[in-house]
Amino acid sequence: MKNQREHVSVVPHRSALVGFYLVGFAFSILCTVSAYILVAWHLLPQGVLIATILELALLQCAVQMVCFLHLGLEKHSHLKLLVFGFALLIVAILIAGSLWIMHNLNEHMVMAPSQMELYMRHEGGF
Amino acid sequence: MNTFPHEQVVEHTSETRAVFGFWVYVMSDCVLFASLFAVFAVLRMSTFGGPSGSDIFDLPFVLKETLILLTSSFTCGLGVLAARSGDRRATIFSFVWTFILGAAFVALELSEFAQLLARGEGPQVSAFLSSYFTLVGTHGLHVTLGLIWMLILIVRVVQSGLTRSTTRKLMLLGIFWHFLDIIWIFIFSIVYLIGVV
Repeated sequence: MKNQREHVSVVPHRSALVGFYLVGFAFSILCTVSAYILVAWHLLPQGVLIATILELALLQCAVQMVCFLHLGLEKHSHLKLLVFGFALLIVAILIAGSLWIMHNLNEHMVMAPSQMELYMRHEGGF
Repeated sequence: MNTFPHEQVVEHTSETRAVFGFWVYVMSDCVLFASLFAVFAVLRMSTFGGPSGSDIFDLPFVLKETLILLTSSFTCGLGVLAARSGDRRATIFSFVWTFILGAAFVALELSEFAQLLARGEGPQVSAFLSSYFTLVGTHGLHVTLGLIWMLILIVRVVQSGLTRSTTRKLMLLGIFWHFLDIIWIFIFSIVYLIGVV
């Protein structure tokens, strides 16, 4: 019995899955159209708007991953979730890191080249 | 095994191993797109005197593209379900529809690119446009390759029916297609919607 357990997964039935797809589809349409309307009709101030659109995107992504890709629905699929988590970590580091580093570099490029040379000579580099 | 009424037990076979392997590939593709997104985020203001997002993005047009691709992801899901149940007719029907919608998406995207190029607003004009064309173009290339793969599999199903191997390949295509729609969610939100704000 124990050996059997290690070589099987438990997945939802076909009829239950059609429901998942329909819910996922409807929800995704809702998220997409909401985000579009928020931008097209200028319903929110800029800062809040950007955060809201990003949240809607992440929400729709999560719904599609569960409903269409069945992430987390199968029992004993730890490896799949682990790989996904790792990829997510790499993506977060890539994007956050790039934005941080480039922002930092841009801040140092504010002066004219002649001023830059004087600054570097005085301060001994950056 | 104890299962709920809506669950069934599935044995780990070459199929589940193939699905897992393909999943790992898809995750690596996510990292590729993440790097393209990072470049776009860094360079989005570098318009070099050329047009910015709000100058060139047509939101109703992009909404149309988005809904078309989303629907194709839905029909693709139904197609994979049909294949796993051995329903050959429904499989062909669903995947033909997925192909039509996917092809429509690519056609719309190509027309958008053609318009920009005709106005002299191509990838060589500024860093912003370079990163835009690269990010959206790479996604479009992925979709196009998916369409070619889909066509081959549809022909396979029509000719030889739903064999175990063909069903497994349809499942992999399904994962690929859903993943492309998920990437598009972020392109739609970050490039187009936030680009216009």
